[in-house]
Amino acid sequence: MKTIKTRYSMIIAGVPLVFLAVFYFYPLIRIFNLSLISDGTWNLEGFGKLVSTPYYVRTLWFTTWQAAVSTVLTLIIALPGAYVFARYRFSGKNILQSFTAIPFVLPSVVVAAAFHALLGPRGILNTWLMNDFAFATPPIKLDHTIWFILMAHVFYNYTVVLRIVGSAWSRLQPSLTEAAHMLGASPWKTFRKITFPLLFPSISAASLLVFIFCFSSFGVILILGGPRYATIEVEIYRQAVHIFNLPMAAALSLIQICFTFVFMWVYTTLQRRASITLYPESRSATQKKPVGRRQKIIVWANILVMVIMLGSPLIALVIQSFRAPDGFSLVFYRAIFANRAQSIFYVPPVEAIAYSVGFAFAALVLSLIIGGCAATFIARGGKRITSILDPVFMLPLATSAVTLGFGYIIALDRPPLNLRTSMILIPLAHTLVAYPFVVRSILPALRSIPENLRESAAMLGASPFQAWMKVVMPIVRRSIVVGAVFAFTVSIGEFGATVFVARPQTPTMPLAIYRFLGQPGIMNYGQAMAMSTLLMLVTAAGFLFLERIRITSGGEF
Amino acid sequence: MKKVILQRDGFFLFQDEVIPMKKYGIYFFILALSLTVLTGCSKGCKPDDIKVITIMTHDSFSISEGIIGIFEKENNVNVRFIKSGDAGAALNQAILSRENPLADIFYGVDNTFMSRALKAGIFVSYDSPLLSAVDDRFELDTEHSLLPVDYSDICLNYDKAWFKDRGIAPPESLEDLIKPEYKGLSVVENPATSSPGLGFLLATIGHFGSEHYLDYWKELRKNDVLVTDGWEDAYWGQFSAASEGVRPIVVSYASSPPAEVHFSQKPLDEAPTAAVTAPGTAFRQIEFAGILKGCKNPEIARKLIDFMLDKTFQEDIPLQMFVFPVNSKARLPEVFARHARLAEEPVKVSPEDIAQNREQWIEAWTINVLR
Repeated sequence: MKTIKTRYSMIIAGVPLVFLAVFYFYPLIRIFNLSLISDGTWNLEGFGKLVSTPYYVRTLWFTTWQAAVSTVLTLIIALPGAYVFARYRFSGKNILQSFTAIPFVLPSVVVAAAFHALLGPRGILNTWLMNDFAFATPPIKLDHTIWFILMAHVFYNYTVVLRIVGSAWSRLQPSLTEAAHMLGASPWKTFRKITFPLLFPSISAASLLVFIFCFSSFGVILILGGPRYATIEVEIYRQAVHIFNLPMAAALSLIQICFTFVFMWVYTTLQRRASITLYPESRSATQKKPVGRRQKIIVWANILVMVIMLGSPLIALVIQSFRAPDGFSLVFYRAIFANRAQSIFYVPPVEAIAYSVGFAFAALVLSLIIGGCAATFIARGGKRITSILDPVFMLPLATSAVTLGFGYIIALDRPPLNLRTSMILIPLAHTLVAYPFVVRSILPALRSIPENLRESAAMLGASPFQAWMKVVMPIVRRSIVVGAVFAFTVSIGEFGATVFVARPQTPTMPLAIYRFLGQPGIMNYGQAMAMSTLLMLVTAAGFLFLERIRITSGGEF
Repeated sequence: MKKVILQRDGFFLFQDEVIPMKKYGIYFFILALSLTVLTGCSKGCKPDDIKVITIMTHDSFSISEGIIGIFEKENNVNVRFIKSGDAGAALNQAILSRENPLADIFYGVDNTFMSRALKAGIFVSYDSPLLSAVDDRFELDTEHSLLPVDYSDICLNYDKAWFKDRGIAPPESLEDLIKPEYKGLSVVENPATSSPGLGFLLATIGHFGSEHYLDYWKELRKNDVLVTDGWEDAYWGQFSAASEGVRPIVVSYASSPPAEVHFSQKPLDEAPTAAVTAPGTAFRQIEFAGILKGCKNPEIARKLIDFMLDKTFQEDIPLQMFVFPVNSKARLPEVFARHARLAEEPVKVSPEDIAQNREQWIEAWTINVLR
């Protein structure tokens, strides 16, 4: 019996480990070797320079605090939203939920354009303030400030907290808080003593993802923050690409990986202590229509926050795609469907959509397999081994894309791994960034399943597979969908990782957007906006499709 | 549907006994779709009977479909492209893969990156007969490992309407930018992260000399110059002629105004922007191509280099990449002939100087302008 179990868990752990070994550790070790060892001796000059130069110390400090502040802000703004989505039913909820994730797929150049249209010196808000309140100069000055960076991080990550915490919250039985109420606890006390501890695993999982995401932030910092701000990721890019100082880039990458590992390790330890098993509640029992003025205000206030915070920049983008110099026009949309320049690199929108969606589904399936195995192993494995492996599984999320991309160039160049110019490398690279989201989405749900549920199933004669299908699967299914939505999103919007992987002619939508923005002229700008709008539509359609899977399958929690 | 009810401690758990097969259909659909993608690409990557020649280049490269078709037909080959990020990232990848090159030809080393490429020794030299039609001043590499293909001038662009509406004279020199009436009007790119940014820094170094350029930048900083990390953000985010930005002067290319005309929504008689091309205000960027050492098809690669330097390809360059062809016999398209200007006397900074001082110059600039 024991040997079967061991073999089973070996297979479960083996899948993600082999994947990581081949597509993560091997290329990384190769590039670090090349960068840090010259003529057989270690060249550790970079590390000395790192510690002794105040600039790098400051960069590390800035990277950490901006990520921490972004995470706290995202939590403050998104937690009430998660509550509303978990507890109330209202019309248009699914569409609203899909649209909160759209920012996640937009390239940072496009997001910057949206924010400029809204809040820039000549943006809608400043123009209105100057006209109606007689300001001489634009009163809102956000460009190249830390506020712009923080705002963009909240904009991007709102959905992470909403989804992960929201799905856990909807599994909580309202009877627990009702009991506390009945015993005379105030709402705040109930939240502090009952709800928060029960939600802690999912809140910390979401916080961790947001933190790592902001810790390795690149485009937002470069474009919205301007050159005065630099994260480690930005500095790695400068060193590797512009100065071609590989030893320094490798040293910085290693520091980045070590920091992530430490954060992850602390988190994993906290998470393990906080994990509580409980009997999950079905959604129909936890969600109701808002009744009475107070509840309606709560629901509407949160919807309003979402529309203002996330919706207005997106709407500004859509407006830009229709706004030609002489008024409303479809000219940009017509233009993207015609190869006016006769370029060999012209991307028909249908083709770009097909590639984007195709890669996204491939990455989704791979991420679910790898992330599912990793989460199952961590949920059941021994304490010592998982406290190491859990952080390890998260590392790809916070590893510099340029370092890994260069690693691929030198490591994956010979059969059987001659993948440098293969199309398969694109979904593989996307999976590397996407599967950690799957792990973090599924793990809190897996951990919350009481062991005796599975034991009862076994006692009633179910095989391990049957028990898994009939007991575990229904409980975690919603979390799997959350993970799947993230994997899809990460892949369809991914630009960072693949830009450094030598690409064959397989243009995705973000790539097409960048191509338009590479040359001057209003038609290029307009087409970029039109393509961005298409990207939003396709993403939203993808979400609704994934959500449908969840609604049509019965018996869920 | 039958329900199994597990009861324990007063908690109820409902679950469907039977999950109908059709509900799994959707999962199979996804699986099938992704398998199609995965198998589809392994098929697509198999080499055909026809020889394939690969060009590795940066993201800004473009050429007409028909032009490449001519070469493919004449030589019975397929031309494939690998795009690998911006100019710096692409070159670094070519250097990293020198043991087992990804392509036959690399296109897009410019004179600021030239020494890095030559030092790495990733190219083999080729004396193309077509170099006879190319002006000698473009042939920076006398060994001909790198052959010039196109060039363009990095310089200031300004928003014509902005200056006309306000009755202010548009800038004519670098010195103009530090005058009080130009306070807060310019946006430039960071030379550490952007190639026009580096070009403009080199223009100031060539113009003021390596001893004095920092004084100029300090003045510029006092005059509230805005620095962005890339051309996209400067042009689409800050430049008043192209965006919601409020700055009417931007560092771009002397060939940006014809692009504004070519990519306008309605036919324009006049470009909305203009380039400053006065002597000593611009840096000339020359782009080179070379045959990679250890490539699989050296013979066809040489033919392709010849083709790239020949009239047909050269005449296609301007409207695809908005740069000038090096072949003096190539005729410019009309929109170029009418709206594009060349810098009159671009500053001179040799590739050796750039290679030697690049890091120091950028470092000193960063300390004085950004921190």
